[in-house]
Amino acid sequence: MKRFLPWIVLVVMAGWIGANWMPPRVAKDDVDPSTALRAGLAKFGKLPVLVGGRAKPLDTVARNSLLIIRGKQELRLENGRTLSAIAWLTDVLFNAPVADQYPAFVVQNDQVLGLFGWEQSQRKYFSFAEFAPFLKQIEEQGDQADKLEAVQRSAYQSAILNLRNALVLYQRLKNSVQLEGSQNFAGELKTYQANVPGAANAAAQAQRGENFDRAKLNDVAELIQKYEKISEMAYILAVPSTDRSGDWHSVGDSLLHSVSTGKIHPIVLEYAQISDAYRARDLTAFNQHVDLAANWFTKEQPNASKRTSFEFLFNRLQPFSQSMAIYVLAFLLACASWLGWSRTLNRSAFYLLLLALAIHSFGLFSRMYLQERPPVTNLYSSAIFIGWGAVIVSLILERIFRDGIGAACAGAIGFVTLIIAHHLAGSGDTLEMLQAVLDTNIWLATHVVCITTGYSAMFLAGMLAIIYIVRGVFTRSLKKDTADSLARMTYGVVCFATLFSFVGTVLGGIWADQSWGRFWGWDPKENGAVLIVLWCAITLHARWGGFIRQRGLMMMAIFGNIVTSFSWFGVNMLGVGLHSYGFMQKAFPWLLGFMISQLALITIASMPLENWRSFSGATSQDRQLPGDPVAT
Amino acid sequence: MLRKIVDLFTSLKLTIVCLAAGMALIFAGTLAQVHLGIHEAQQRYFQSMLVWWPAEGRGFRIPIFPGGHLIGAVLLVNLIAAHAKRFRWSWRKLGIHLTHAGLIIMLAGGLFTDLFAVESHMRLERGDTKNYSEDQQHMELAMIDTTDGDLDQVTAIPESVLKNNRTIDHWSLPFRIVVRNFYQNTRLQMLSRTSSGARPIANQGPGAMIAVEPIPRTTAQDERDVPAAAIEILPKDSGGSLGTWLVTDALGAPQGFSCGGRTWKIAMRTARYYKPYSVTLQKFTHERYAGTDIPKNFASKVTLIDPERNVSRDVLIYMNHPLRYRGETFYQAGFQPDDRATILQVVHNPSFLAPYVACIIVAAGLLVQFGIHLVGFARKRRTAMA
Repeated sequence: MKRFLPWIVLVVMAGWIGANWMPPRVAKDDVDPSTALRAGLAKFGKLPVLVGGRAKPLDTVARNSLLIIRGKQELRLENGRTLSAIAWLTDVLFNAPVADQYPAFVVQNDQVLGLFGWEQSQRKYFSFAEFAPFLKQIEEQGDQADKLEAVQRSAYQSAILNLRNALVLYQRLKNSVQLEGSQNFAGELKTYQANVPGAANAAAQAQRGENFDRAKLNDVAELIQKYEKISEMAYILAVPSTDRSGDWHSVGDSLLHSVSTGKIHPIVLEYAQISDAYRARDLTAFNQHVDLAANWFTKEQPNASKRTSFEFLFNRLQPFSQSMAIYVLAFLLACASWLGWSRTLNRSAFYLLLLALAIHSFGLFSRMYLQERPPVTNLYSSAIFIGWGAVIVSLILERIFRDGIGAACAGAIGFVTLIIAHHLAGSGDTLEMLQAVLDTNIWLATHVVCITTGYSAMFLAGMLAIIYIVRGVFTRSLKKDTADSLARMTYGVVCFATLFSFVGTVLGGIWADQSWGRFWGWDPKENGAVLIVLWCAITLHARWGGFIRQRGLMMMAIFGNIVTSFSWFGVNMLGVGLHSYGFMQKAFPWLLGFMISQLALITIASMPLENWRSFSGATSQDRQLPGDPVAT
Repeated sequence: MLRKIVDLFTSLKLTIVCLAAGMALIFAGTLAQVHLGIHEAQQRYFQSMLVWWPAEGRGFRIPIFPGGHLIGAVLLVNLIAAHAKRFRWSWRKLGIHLTHAGLIIMLAGGLFTDLFAVESHMRLERGDTKNYSEDQQHMELAMIDTTDGDLDQVTAIPESVLKNNRTIDHWSLPFRIVVRNFYQNTRLQMLSRTSSGARPIANQGPGAMIAVEPIPRTTAQDERDVPAAAIEILPKDSGGSLGTWLVTDALGAPQGFSCGGRTWKIAMRTARYYKPYSVTLQKFTHERYAGTDIPKNFASKVTLIDPERNVSRDVLIYMNHPLRYRGETFYQAGFQPDDRATILQVVHNPSFLAPYVACIIVAAGLLVQFGIHLVGFARKRRTAMA
């Protein structure tokens, strides 16, 4: 049994993942309309559109918009039913009066609620219809808050600004394909198409000063006004141009353009049919026209179509949440291995970590493929990458030492970094387009990757040190050979961190020299990076000079966690400098809490060794911490 | 005694103290940027020998911490001294030697850059030709002799001279300048619009109608101070005074007067660095990603004309692709909000190669050093396992 346990654990976990990943199956003879609708919506969610400068599936737009508006990727209705993001978006696009009733907006600030005369209660989700009487007020208050710098805003001002932005986004979404409340869209387009040539002719005559038929112009004038409104409001650019320019247009723009060509873009026509079929609950027609649109994209936009299909799959698989769950389990198994059944639990943890790493890597490389970029392009992806790097190095350590320490580190860091990434994703698309200055794959691939690898190593060294302290102080499991190998690992990882942090920092300087003409500008992020390098240098020199031994090394490695977290997050919170992408007021208490916890660990570590459980009962020889345990 | 000093400067403890002090300084300096702005914090913490408290005011101040230049210099001496004293050639120490040699180059290069690099801006609207760049951080008082129609004779007085001298007497000027007031940052208002009993600080030109209100120095990154001064012109040949002028670059056009039979213009403006060549903006493009405000690319197409070297060519300057010419480098730094003008950053940095060389040497050194550790560790482990 014990021999097979690791394999059983692995197979069970892999089976669980596989079950999660299986697409929802629709039997041919399934007559349940909600199942059929779900399948149709899934196909609809794959259609490519352009938002934020990037072609992406509607599904991504739905998830990110709902994330911005509601803070979650799905919608829970008052009757307990959950609505997927794409189902919500479809209602928003085609059936606005229904969508207006969904409790899709999150408001928790009591002063914002007070503005509308509402008291703070259990309820924190509200519908658009509830805000409708207060839109003007929200707009005014939001504009006032918008004039301030992010750092200067109070909690109320941030909240009202968020609400205003959410409402603006929602209203733009509603008017992306058709004007909200439109009924017979396809019929309307038919009229439009029929009248456009005559109207165009009349307009040309009018321009030349000839006699013209005013009635012909009036036929389309009202529609044109409508389409101008869509063109102004649209959040989604749904129509790719038929020439190969790569431009995308909103439905409104495309329809206005039709005046000169006399033709309506096939995708616009399909969207009109889809819209009408959806409102009429005609699933057959809905599916048919979604298929037609999808086929058009496959033929005319093969690249966008391939990428968006893949992105849709990526959205559905949620690789990072899956690997997060496995990391936790692996961490627990590795910790348990120090209490008994060492080899078996150890191997189980190791296999699980390989599985988690494979899924994590799949996610990371998928993002690289979708964005056509090196792995780290913003704070979110830095968290993903730091975890990934640390897990790999930990697994190498585990392979060498086989004592569960590397496995525990991998599990803990993998889990924590993915949790951090999860909370960083709240601002919408994590695959956003890059500012001009970042638009260089060479530097992103070298400077940014080196720096984040340095962060990984720093956190790993810190984690190793935490294991040393916790096991030493609170358990009897820190034997001399374990302590020595922990010290060796920590020392090696600090060396690794020094190399990457230094090279990364200097490469950043060279990039700055290339693009701004100064190697070093004392920008907060640059300072954060150099703090890490300096701390590594101090640690290593203190070790080489014999000023610190095992315990000192551990304490310094834990302090490295503080330095690294300041460099990673702290400097962004200052709100100054060229690197201050994304101000995160909300993360501040967490950062502070983390730093305090690390200081507490350092304090605990400085207790006299007699008070460490691992050393208290031992003979004096065992208690003696080796002076120079690491090869120099 | 000498021995003690040598021991101190070659000790590893001093290295660690310096590194730790550097960390504390950088941390404090980074936090200070929130209130002081990057430029001011840089001057006070990093580009100084000592950090003073309180920073403002002329009266009582005490140094509270070593500044960046002091720490850097001590570290440099420590590095060089330690290696001079203990240097023994051995292959095993190759990594350490390389690393520290690279660091010496880097530190020395950094110090050199701090002392000798000059940064300035060139702001060009479409069709503009300029043969000078401007230093946004410093102002100058330009006394321009415009008597000869096609050639201006400029005497520029740096801001620091205005700040620290009461009377300025220069051989090229037929008059002396007395600085009546100098304010580092000001807000100007028409006297007619102020309600209180504000009085003008000048009696000539538009300055006679303007109230000058001194305000604290700005810390915002996208703003800069508006210094202002009241200067009195005293002709050298006669004893009288021509009057007092308000000079500040917020005034726009230069003001004129005549003295010694010549026509003069005075203006407070950003300090200019003239070049033996000129740059003309042909076109500035600013692309955004479709449907967003995220900038995709900025590019300035300019014509470079250098009569001395017979150069006349078009150059495209864009993100991460600067123009390097005659020891100066032109970078695409920014643009006016409505895309009307491009802003090029002009940098003269004689030691720009130092970090490139240093980086390669240090990286190689660290690789060798840690590689030696790793190989040693692996070998030990193999024997332990066997």
